[in-house]
Amino acid sequence: MNTVVECTVSLLVVVGALAVFCGAVGLARLPDFLSRLHAPTKASTLGVGALVMASTLFFSAREGHGGSVHGLAILAFLFLTAPVGAHLLAKAALHRQTPTGTDDHAGATAPNDGGTAPGGPRD
Amino acid sequence: MNRILHRLVPRPLLSLTIGLLWLALAETVSPGTVLLGVTLALSLPRLIRAFWPDAPRLRRPGRALRFLGAVAFDMLNANWRVARRVLGPLDRLRPALVEVPLELRDPFVAALLGSVVCLTPGTVTVDIDRQRWVLLVHALDAPDPRALIRDIKTRYEQPLREIFAC
Amino acid sequence: MLTVALDLAYALLGAAAVLAILRLLRGPDATDRILALDTLGIDAIALLVLMGIHRASTVYFEAALLLALFGFVGTVALSKFLLRGDLIE
Repeated sequence: MNTVVECTVSLLVVVGALAVFCGAVGLARLPDFLSRLHAPTKASTLGVGALVMASTLFFSAREGHGGSVHGLAILAFLFLTAPVGAHLLAKAALHRQTPTGTDDHAGATAPNDGGTAPGGPRD
Repeated sequence: MNRILHRLVPRPLLSLTIGLLWLALAETVSPGTVLLGVTLALSLPRLIRAFWPDAPRLRRPGRALRFLGAVAFDMLNANWRVARRVLGPLDRLRPALVEVPLELRDPFVAALLGSVVCLTPGTVTVDIDRQRWVLLVHALDAPDPRALIRDIKTRYEQPLREIFAC
Repeated sequence: MLTVALDLAYALLGAAAVLAILRLLRGPDATDRILALDTLGIDAIALLVLMGIHRASTVYFEAALLLALFGFVGTVALSKFLLRGDLIE
């Protein structure tokens, strides 16, 4: 493997790991749930993206190996699912935050009612 | 001819994606895998059609590609910013829940917009209200919610409406 | 060069997993724990991809792909449960 490829792979690996680490730091540090949701969904997904790119480059640079397309499938899948998962978790969190005692339609409404955001500016 | 083709392949792009993904996963192009891939590509869209809102037609593919590039760039940029905020002092963060009124009126495009917002600048889509057509967005650091709303509308909603003509 | 980068990345990913486990234990809410589990899954995917490079073997990709699939399904199922469970109460 030539030096340029090795340097690129190393760089991508370190950057990817750093991004995943940043996501975990955010998960551990940030004060409230909705803020915590930001770090892992974005930083970690992007970090895995960088790692997958590193490994795709690594395997396509080795002789006797076709470029690994698996990595791209993982990548596509992660980027498609991360927003969906984050969205559902945020919905669940808001749903749980709404006090069931005072909110008289809490039992009746679908999880779809967006108007129950506590303390949000409405424009 | 055209109608027969349409009946056979109701969602050509979805079928193509499934087929290519299958080949990518199998990593070989033998007749068996191709046959299985074609079968899956033809049958899966049919099976999930009931759960899938009818997507509007893609009007401007070139614009869509440009939009994809812009989103990718925004993602890198936003991740860098979010990482810096997360590692820096936390008491300066101004988290906010913001309601973004939408002009588009299509469930599929709204879901697409929600996903894009989820992946980009420090924002997560909490809810898509399809009665009032409002996107409920949580921002990690939004000192000026009005600017955020304007940003989302001009950077993402406008291009999506142009791409799908809705 | 690559070995140093790999070692560094292993350390970072290990630290990330520890942080996610801390959040998993501390909670405070069920949604936090689900998010921690999801993050742990992504950490595991990252570790598997890294191990694939380290051992120069592509078999780790299958495991990573499966983990990505099941991690997502698990997250969706758990959040759906939280949404519906509260509704029934």
